[in-house]
Amino acid sequence: MPWEQVLTGSFLIALLTAGIRLAVPVLLAVLGEIITERSGVMNLGIEGIMLVGGLAGFVTAQTLEQATGIASLAAWVGLLIGLLTGAAMGLLMAVLTVTLKTDQVVTGVTFVLLGQGLTSYIFRRATGLLGARVTGLQSWAVPGLSTLPVAGDILFNHNAIVYLTVALVVLCWLLLFRTHWGLELRAVGENPAAADTSGLRVQTIRYLAVMVGAALAGLGGAVLTVVQLNIFTEGIMAGRGWIAIALVFFSRWHPGGALVGALLFGIADALQYRIQALGFKALPYEFLLMLPYVLTLVVLVWGSRQSNTPAALGIPYSKGKG
Amino acid sequence: MKNISTAWLHLLNRSRLKPLAPIAGGAIALMLGGILLHVSGANPLQAYGVMFAGAFGGTRQLTETLLKAAPLLLIGLGMTIAFRCRVWNIGAEGQYYIGALCGSAIALTYPALPSLILIPLMLAASIGGGILWSGLAGLLHLYRGVNLIISTLMLNYIGILLVQYAARVPLQQPDGFLPESAQFGDNAQIPTMLGTRLHWGFGLALLLVGAVYLLLWYTPLGFQLRAVGSRLSVAKCVGINTSRSILIALTMSGGLAGLAGILEVSYTYTRLKGDISDSYGFSGILVALLGQLHPVGVLIAAVLFSGLMVGAQSLNVVLQIPASVAQVIQALVVLLVLAGQAIARAKRDDAIPLVAHDG
Amino acid sequence: MSDDREDSNQTAVEMGRITKRFPGVIANQAIALDVKAGEIHALLGENGAGKTTLMNLLCGLYEPDEGEIRIFGQLMRFRSPKDAIAAGIGMVHQHFRLVESFTVAENIILGQTKGLWRDSPQRLHAHLQTLAHQYSLTLDFTARIWQLSVGEQQRVEILKALYRRARVLILDEPTAVLTPQEAQDLMATLRHLAAQGTAIIFISHKLKEVMALCDRVTVLRDGQRVGTVAVPQTTEQELAQMMVGRTIKRQRRTDPPERLPQTEPALILKQLSVMGDRQHLALRAIDLAIYPGEIVGIAGVDGNGQRELEEAIAGLRPFSQGELWRTGNLAHIPSDRYSMGLLTEFSIAENLVLRDVQHPPFQWRGLLRLAWIRKYAVDLVQRYLIRTPSVQTRAGNLSGGNAQKVVFARELTRHHQVLLAAQPTRGLDISATEFVHAQMVARRDAGTAVLLISTELEEILCLSDRIAVLYEGRIVGMMDGASADVHQLGLMMAGKTAVGHAQLADQTPSFYPAEADRRTRD
Repeated sequence: MPWEQVLTGSFLIALLTAGIRLAVPVLLAVLGEIITERSGVMNLGIEGIMLVGGLAGFVTAQTLEQATGIASLAAWVGLLIGLLTGAAMGLLMAVLTVTLKTDQVVTGVTFVLLGQGLTSYIFRRATGLLGARVTGLQSWAVPGLSTLPVAGDILFNHNAIVYLTVALVVLCWLLLFRTHWGLELRAVGENPAAADTSGLRVQTIRYLAVMVGAALAGLGGAVLTVVQLNIFTEGIMAGRGWIAIALVFFSRWHPGGALVGALLFGIADALQYRIQALGFKALPYEFLLMLPYVLTLVVLVWGSRQSNTPAALGIPYSKGKG
Repeated sequence: MKNISTAWLHLLNRSRLKPLAPIAGGAIALMLGGILLHVSGANPLQAYGVMFAGAFGGTRQLTETLLKAAPLLLIGLGMTIAFRCRVWNIGAEGQYYIGALCGSAIALTYPALPSLILIPLMLAASIGGGILWSGLAGLLHLYRGVNLIISTLMLNYIGILLVQYAARVPLQQPDGFLPESAQFGDNAQIPTMLGTRLHWGFGLALLLVGAVYLLLWYTPLGFQLRAVGSRLSVAKCVGINTSRSILIALTMSGGLAGLAGILEVSYTYTRLKGDISDSYGFSGILVALLGQLHPVGVLIAAVLFSGLMVGAQSLNVVLQIPASVAQVIQALVVLLVLAGQAIARAKRDDAIPLVAHDG
Repeated sequence: MSDDREDSNQTAVEMGRITKRFPGVIANQAIALDVKAGEIHALLGENGAGKTTLMNLLCGLYEPDEGEIRIFGQLMRFRSPKDAIAAGIGMVHQHFRLVESFTVAENIILGQTKGLWRDSPQRLHAHLQTLAHQYSLTLDFTARIWQLSVGEQQRVEILKALYRRARVLILDEPTAVLTPQEAQDLMATLRHLAAQGTAIIFISHKLKEVMALCDRVTVLRDGQRVGTVAVPQTTEQELAQMMVGRTIKRQRRTDPPERLPQTEPALILKQLSVMGDRQHLALRAIDLAIYPGEIVGIAGVDGNGQRELEEAIAGLRPFSQGELWRTGNLAHIPSDRYSMGLLTEFSIAENLVLRDVQHPPFQWRGLLRLAWIRKYAVDLVQRYLIRTPSVQTRAGNLSGGNAQKVVFARELTRHHQVLLAAQPTRGLDISATEFVHAQMVARRDAGTAVLLISTELEEILCLSDRIAVLYEGRIVGMMDGASADVHQLGLMMAGKTAVGHAQLADQTPSFYPAEADRRTRD
């Protein structure tokens, strides 16, 4: 199939719209991981946390929808439960990596296996999850703006979570760079000894950062299952957690960069679905899926060296050893 | 409560009892797994009984367990070398896939070669692929300062996707519908040993247990790798070429992961597909850790991990309990052992953070 | 702060009979110190005299075993640095505690903020500018720490302490890392602060600065207070004497065998310049020649380029300029046993073969000869009197003295023509020190060229045939070991005078040995 037949206006609009939608779960996880890593802790367990959050949210939403019949309420409660489940896993992660100072890499990898195993077990064990669906959230067209040509369709005709996530990008940026909390969070990730002598509670801040990060990952998982795909299956995150970790490096720990990276991922993802569906051969879809990883490597290799990396990333802090 | 925890610490502190830490962690993990089974309406004791019988209860079961242990063992041995040098290679999954790809390419390109030539060629190609894939991360680290954790992680998925592409397009079976290569000829399938169902790859892995042990404790190279892992600044000061050591440790682990890839493809799948791993690359990391970075420990850990997986499969067949419970138990064992070691280390108060060299 | 002037005779800090013990050492023994508001009070003493411990007690890092601390008359008990900060104690550490990627303003306000939202930079800078103006400190608040010179970073630390309303400011060796101009600026700032009523404790080795800046001096030696004197009533000579004590025993080791006239230097440094970690010139055009059969001691206060000199000679640090010539192999006793010399997790036997394990006789056809290594280790353990249950014991379990003996055994057993020993007795007890000294003299007598870098003046005087003084990365003097004058040496170490340039010129080598192992800029 030739390019001209693919690259039509309506195709592009549909592609961008879907790309924005697909970017959201990953974007949430990236924002969370940025907060975590800015405090100096690397949480490599995102994939597992997204899976657990996604399952918890889906089960909640599905049960509630069955019981009440109110789909939107069920979806919102499901998302909340996904968020809280993520936070709980973050707490466990923080106990291990911040208090006990276990190795962050190994702990993270183990969390992924734990999440995979746990969700797979529950999914197969719990009868009725296979084939179960939820309604999710309706799109909400922004009054006025959604009628704009092209932009209206692409930007202003989404469900509420999409708008909220964009707001969260701004909020995250404000938090990191315009509040004292953000300053203290970053100080802990850059030089915990300096933060400590300045009177900051390093371990407390790291606990909070890990929990907030994991909560957002759990929410991202729930958004994917409850709002976007409306189902849960094994391994439904399909590496989105790892993509999120890549995009944190791609973004250089900046919410704006996260938005760009997640959109790139979303659009590439949307494109590969369509290419597969159309049987378009000129561009193998695998290369589109590789794009986020390759771009991140490129940024790491050719970007100015190590700038922005939280200086204490991955290093546990013990008082008095500064 | 405090007494129990101090007794536990005391136990961990005695270095002679060090192997007990994984055993104790395993016991607690089995208890937690039992709770999970119980909550989900199964009888834990019955379930564990079925699992044990399914993994070790007969020659056929044992063979299956050992077969599945081979890739875990190979990757775990590689990780042992890497981690002993404190090189964080978490890209074993990608190196495994690339190894499988390179070996398969040989098998598919020269289908007519006799087994005695073809199989060594395939193995060599797979090792080369693993070395290449890990070496790429190593060079980026040494020349551009790219964090090894992240680069090996990125290369995982790039490698997996490359294999998926290769199996779907260039290496796809002519006129096939599925994204997989043609089946290998018999000459490209690794032969079994002495009338058992165990293939020679397992024998090779067993030999490598000895080889890695020799390497680490009986050769100057292994000595230097351990010295670099023990303290980079001292190693540098006594004239050890630390960059070279890091690269060697990294590519050795990559080569072994690649070897594991072709063995699985050649024996278990007999063709290249997009999905040829049971998260071996990640489980292998945990196997190495659980085996206390000692080749014999890794052998035991690999057999136990694979026993859990194989046993869980019969759990699925006999009691219709999902096999994924094995993965949960594996993860719990590792988390508990990590926590136990961390507490013991904190008590000893000589905690050296296990960070990579650039950390 | 307006009434501070009236309080200027008030006692700001009163430490009474402070004792602090660490396992095996009494770091501070019944030390008394009082500092008045508006006073600049010097704390003077050699390394290990107890200055740092005393100040760590004052800024809340440790609690004293005995004695009491009063701040402006109030009895204090500091459980953490936070308590000390709240009481008005500000500490400027030698190694700054600043977040490199943050701006100056961000570092200053860190941890001291109220409310959620940050002020606009303009408002914050205006606020800080008032504070800075009050103390005549100039700083660019928008600059990031890594862009600043060391002197500017120090000013940030000072302003940070003042922002926390410090009434007592402690500065640990503040001029050690500064250029002379920066040091001048710092002193002007400190005078200004004192004039406004701040009590300043100035920890230093440098007599000239102390004389120029301070009002009173308290001298510590071996964990005890030698005395407190008012600067106008004392001289540098007296202070030097109080500092090093009259106890320096000139226990000369045997003098070297006569140097043969035709010997050529085994180690030559020619115009060697080396950058330090902070990207400043840590060594500036060093000229040095060391002959076989002599011990050359490098005297100097810590931080004047010793570390860089050691690393440059050991090949661990590239030169920015100059040349280094060496004949034969180098035996290196590193200044930091545990981060450079020994693997604590490895056994004694493994540590003994650490450097040459890849060569015969330790390996044969790619395999380690473990039995041979063990025998070799047992032999060395006996020869070097290393006290250990076995050669398989982890090196980390050895005492400092025995650990150092392992390093000596390894390095001296190698074939070598040059021995580089940096702080070889740091942290060792008397018998281990004796052993180390005897080893070095024995090497010297056997014809090795020995370079001893030490901040222990006593050690330098005891061992050296020639003494070079390192000050701010330069060799400022060279004298004969046997006849060296302690006070003269002390003054040179404190940067007081540069003498002996004529002798120095003699040392510049005019020829280079033909077979010398030549390393140039790398």
